[in-house]
Parts: sequence; C-alpha cells; structure tokens
Amino acid sequence: MASLFEYAPAPESRSVVDIAPSYGLFIDGEFTDAADGKVFKTISPSSEEVLSEVAQAGAADVDRAVKAARKAFEKWSALPGSERAKYLFRIARIIQERSRELAVLETLDNGKPIKETRDADLPLVAAHFFYYAGWADKLDHAGYGANPRPLGVAGQVIPWNFPLLMLAWKIAPALATGNTVVLKPAETTPLSALFFADICRQAGLPKGVVNIIPGYGDAGAELVAHPDVNKVAFTGSTAVGKAIARQVAGTDKKVTLELGGKGANIVFDDAPIDQAVEGIVTGIFFNQGQVCCAGSRLLVQESIHDELLDSLKRRLSTLRLGDPLDKNTDIGAINSAEQLARITALAETGEAEGAERWSPACELPSAGYWFAPTLFTNVTQAHTVARDEIFGPVLSVLTFRTPDEAVAKANNSQYGLSAGIWTEKGSRILAVANKLRAGVVWANTFNKFDPTSPFGGYKESGFGREGGRHGLEAYLDV
Amino acid sequence: MSESSVRLNVFKTYKLYVGGKFPRSESGRVYEVSDSKGKWLANAPLSSRKDARDAVVAARKAFGGWAGTTAYNRGQILYRIAEMLEGRREQFVREVGEAEGLSKSKAGAVVDAAIDRWVWYAGWTDKIGQVVGGANPVAGPFFNLSTPEPTGVVTVVAPQDSSFLGLVSVIAPVIATGNTAVVIASEKAPLPALSLGEVLATSDLPGGVVNILSGKAAEMGPHLAAHQDVNAIDLAGADAALAKELEVAAADNLKRVLRPQPVDDWTADPGTHRMTAFLETKTVWHPTGSLGASGSSY
Repeated sequence: MASLFEYAPAPESRSVVDIAPSYGLFIDGEFTDAADGKVFKTISPSSEEVLSEVAQAGAADVDRAVKAARKAFEKWSALPGSERAKYLFRIARIIQERSRELAVLETLDNGKPIKETRDADLPLVAAHFFYYAGWADKLDHAGYGANPRPLGVAGQVIPWNFPLLMLAWKIAPALATGNTVVLKPAETTPLSALFFADICRQAGLPKGVVNIIPGYGDAGAELVAHPDVNKVAFTGSTAVGKAIARQVAGTDKKVTLELGGKGANIVFDDAPIDQAVEGIVTGIFFNQGQVCCAGSRLLVQESIHDELLDSLKRRLSTLRLGDPLDKNTDIGAINSAEQLARITALAETGEAEGAERWSPACELPSAGYWFAPTLFTNVTQAHTVARDEIFGPVLSVLTFRTPDEAVAKANNSQYGLSAGIWTEKGSRILAVANKLRAGVVWANTFNKFDPTSPFGGYKESGFGREGGRHGLEAYLDV
Repeated sequence: MSESSVRLNVFKTYKLYVGGKFPRSESGRVYEVSDSKGKWLANAPLSSRKDARDAVVAARKAFGGWAGTTAYNRGQILYRIAEMLEGRREQFVREVGEAEGLSKSKAGAVVDAAIDRWVWYAGWTDKIGQVVGGANPVAGPFFNLSTPEPTGVVTVVAPQDSSFLGLVSVIAPVIATGNTAVVIASEKAPLPALSLGEVLATSDLPGGVVNILSGKAAEMGPHLAAHQDVNAIDLAGADAALAKELEVAAADNLKRVLRPQPVDDWTADPGTHRMTAFLETKTVWHPTGSLGASGSSY
C-alpha cells in the first residue's frame, strides 16, 4: 500500500528567508553584541545544521535592556491609545505581509511542520497583534474602570514550542496597554524574535519599546529578578514557574505564569468515532505534542475502547513524519536533543512501569531529533506517563465507565490547563465541563486558539489569562 | 510649465454607490452642488424613492453574507478602508475643504480624524461581543449566554454639516457589527460621501454593505422610514420636524430609531452607543445536566 500511494516530495522553498550568519541583541532599537561578547549557535533540529550565531545576553545586557525599556516607557505610555493602536496595526499588517518568510524561518529554527507554521502559528500571530491593536484606544471599555494605567517595564520569558506566537501573546497586550517590554526568547529558537525586531523597525516603533535579548535560563532569571521590572510574564515549565513565584515574593511585581499541563481528552461512548480520532490526533500530535495544553491523557469509555484504539492506530499509521519543510509532513522534528532525551526517558519509564507501548511503523531520519508517534495502553493513574508532562508525541490511554469517574480521573492531576470532551449530547458536555478543573475546555474539537479567547490554567498550570479582554488585566495596574 | 497651466482638467461625474456599483439616479435628475462661497462644484444625482428602494434591496442582499463573516474579517476590511483613505487623503482634503469651507490644514485634520475613526471601529468588530455580551448566571442548571447580533438593514440620515467625519462616524459603527447601510448623504455637501463610495468599492467591502445616495433627506427619508424591509434608522442628519416624522413612520414596523443628538465635536471619543443602537441581544439556553450518582441524569 505504501509504495502505491507514495507522495512526491513537496518542499516549501527556503529562498523566501534570508538568515544572517550572526545576530546581536536588540536593545534600544539597535542590534548590539553581548557585553561579555558571548554567542551561541542556533541549529535546525531536523538536520542539526547551524542556522546562525546569536549574541547571548548576560546580566549586564539584561540591565541595559531594562534601562532602555524604562527610558522608552514615559513617552510610550503617554501616547494617545489611538496612536499606540496604529503602531500595532502596522506590526500586524507587516506580519501578514511577511508571513511566508516567517513561517519558513520558524519551521527551520523550531522543527515543526510548515503546514503548522503556515496555517496556524503565523495567522494567529498576526491576528493577535490585530486584536490587541484595537484595544489600545478602548481600555476605558474593558471593564477595569476609567483610564486604567500600564504597569511599566514588562520582563517576558517565552518557550521554544511556539516561538513567534508566544512572543505575540506577550508583546501585543503589553504594548497595547502602554507598557514597554524586554523579551527573552528560548535559546533553541531565537530567530523569529530577532526577525520581529526588524518588523518593529519597519513599523517605525519608537526605540526601546521592544527589546529582544536571546539567551539561556540565567538571562531569564536575571530579567525576572531585575528590580526595575514591574511585570513578569512567563510561559514554560511548572518547575521554573514555581522558582519565579518564589523569586518575586515580597516585591510588587505583577506576575502571570502559563505553565505545564496534562490535558485529559475524554471520549464518551456516543461520540462520533472518526471525528474523535481526528481530535485525539490533533490533541497530542500537533506540534509533536510539544504543547502545554496537549491532550496527552486519553480517557475513553470502556465500552468503545477497542473500537476507538483500532481506529486511532489505523490513523496514526498514516501520519507522515519527516522533513518539516515538506508541505505533506504531519510530524516534524523534536525541538532539541535535550527534549528528545527527556521524551525518550519518560517513554522508557512508561514501559518499565508496565504500560504497553505502541508506535506505527515509522522510519526516522538519520540526522536531527525525531520521535515516532507513540501510544501507551493499559495505563493506570499511578503511572508516570499518566502524571508527568512528557511534552512530546506520546499519548497515554486510560479508561472509565461513568461520567463521574471520567471527571475524577481528568481532575486527578497537579495540572489544570486544558481538557477535551467528545459526545453528541450537549447537556453532558456542559455538565462535564462544569466539573473539570481546567482553564480551557474543548468540546468536540481540540487545540483551538483565537486572540479573543482567554487562555490559561488552573492549579499548577499557572495563573493569569492571555487573550481576550481578560488578557489586558495582566498588563494593567488594576 | 506653460503647457500645464493651459491644460483643461477633467471633471468627475459624481455618481451614487449602490450594490457595489456606481449608478446615476434612475430618475435622471441632478442638482447643483456648490462650495461655501457659492462656486459650482458638480451636479450630484438627485436620488428618487426608487433609488432608495433599490438601495434597500442591495443592502438586504448583502446582509446575510456580511453579518456572517467573522468579526476578525470585518475588522480587517474596516482597517483596509482606513488604508485606502490614507492613500487618497489629498483628494478628500480638497473635497472636504470645498464642501465645508475649511482651510487646507483644518480639512486635513478632519480627514485624519475620519481615517482614525475607521481604525477605531476596525478594532471594535471583535470586541463589542465581550463588552456587551456574556454568560448569565441563571439560578438553574443551564448554560446561558447572551451575544449581540446585528439588527439588519439600517437607514442612515448622515449629518448635514460634517459631510465627511460626521458621515464616517455614523456609517462605521453600523457596519462594524455586521449591519448593512443605506445612507442619505449631506444634502448640501454630498461630494465627499460619493467619493467615499469609491474608497469602499476598493477596500474588499462586499457590494451592498454600504449604499450611498445623494439628494433630499426630506424626499427619500419618509420612504425609507416606512420601508418594511428596513430594520433601523439613524436620524443624525434630520432636523427636529423631519426626525419626528420619520420616527412616526418607523414605528410601523418597529424600527430601531437612533434620534438625532447634538454633536459639538465629531472628533470626540465616540463611545459605543452608535453600535449598541443597532444590535440585538440573543440569549441561548442549554441544560447543563447534572452529575448524578449513576451519571445517567444527563
């Protein structure tokens, strides 16, 4: 069957993006070297090819960036909202214009399929700026009282799984409300943020309003700890989130944390199986499962377990893993060697603890970081693969008999970011959604995002919401 | 240089904007439009009640599609209008200056404010729902959500004095939320409105969403106010006597009526009332069931 329906390669052209051999830190409207001259290499995880060499921010650079943001704050926050809006609309439009270039860049630096960067990441990035642009002159209508004020300098630390989208989630509301920002992208995916710096230049954004400082965790920690930062926004692991919460204790810094998850995707026996299978696949294999709100625990009603698993396995056998720039690729590369090692170790733990492991026949490329789509069945709630966030293409399958049991199992987690419900019955959707301790509940769909829709977690998935009217609060002194 | 000084410039024939096309009045009538000093500017179409009815048909035809586009898409299109206007700024500065007797700099400020007004409403398309809608905590096991929806076809009697900023300030809020509009332009200064039609036609705005008629509000108004396929009317540009007459006529099918309100300064923050005046609120109930011991109660 495979040979008869083999696909011809359909690679997206790399020529739309021009990556410079080296990049500096973007501070006060200029690209500069790190104070101590340190640099690091960023590679393409699908080939291990070095893409560029990037300046690595240290403590002195963080301080310089925060000073630049502080200096820019007075004028930026005093601008009429309608003028700030127009800057953000410009940025949104330039992102739309350059979206193919940015999609290819993101795929190269992150390893995710071009299908996703082109059809999900980039449209959402532009939409997020467009949405918050419109809020800049409407803050009086946002429900926080008259003339709500910005906080000041926002220190923002973002992860590598959606580099440019997480940047948009952080920067768009911050600027709309009149804050200035220092943003640290992840060390494995600094490039799209540096291209964004160029977009700020094209948009004529005043110097110092946006500062981009690529670096490692130490730079992030310096930024969070900097005494002249008024707001800390972090997306990443729960462990680091807790460290940040400790670090800001006793200060008056406002904090929002968007952390890990172990989303339950609950399938009832009346669910349309084919539709549910697509949702399960989207839930855990979108972005190689490197998604904080992934549906990484499948809770399936016992009576349809075998039927659903058969369909799911059949579907997984058709997923195409390989060159992320190929337009037909479903599963791209894991973002880094470090992440691949973590996924590999957790999967081995799953096997060692007695869960049953399955993957479709799947050839992995020789270079780069790859992990085949993987299912664990016979999983209990005590298993590590049912409790820990794996952040990879690994799905743990559990069963339930009654709705009560489904809810109890779904809520049996330190996390509370997302959940999914599959059933044809509306009242069941709403009753179950009502009981789930999760910030986002998708019914008969999964992994849907929109700038107007608030996103964020319960429990140890963090606090604060990003998106929608609610997302403004994180950046206002209210 | 001397050649250019003797070159005769080409006049523009000002036409209506209906259903995405630029017709003349079916009546064949025109009237003279002059600047504030009495100098002839153009012959504008003197629209008839038949033109008004055609405009309603076009607006109704466009309503389903326009109301059905995503709020995001409507915002993109309204922003596109601002982009197109910015590119034709000089034309509008001249036309507004002539129409309202303003200096170039004052007319420039008016046009800038009108462009920014499109940007303001572009941002509202996907926010008004969160500001005026929301979940209702009813005392029972029900999901209960109220969302605003556009009311339908809105007749807009545009302001008489502020021929462009006032005009934009009354059209944009009507269409931002998904309504379609039949607009009667300022009678004595219709030219900026007729030129606006050319901008709308090149801004990805579907034909029929905005229809612009020039002529006499007192002639077309009563027909539109009584028209059974019009859902609402904005009386911004009607004088007190006409406003009362139109409000009485509008009662026949219970049109939503926005009465004329004194506006000293069209550049002031417009607030949200011009949008909410033409919104319906739809509330959806759905049982949430309950988690019974057996799980069977839902």
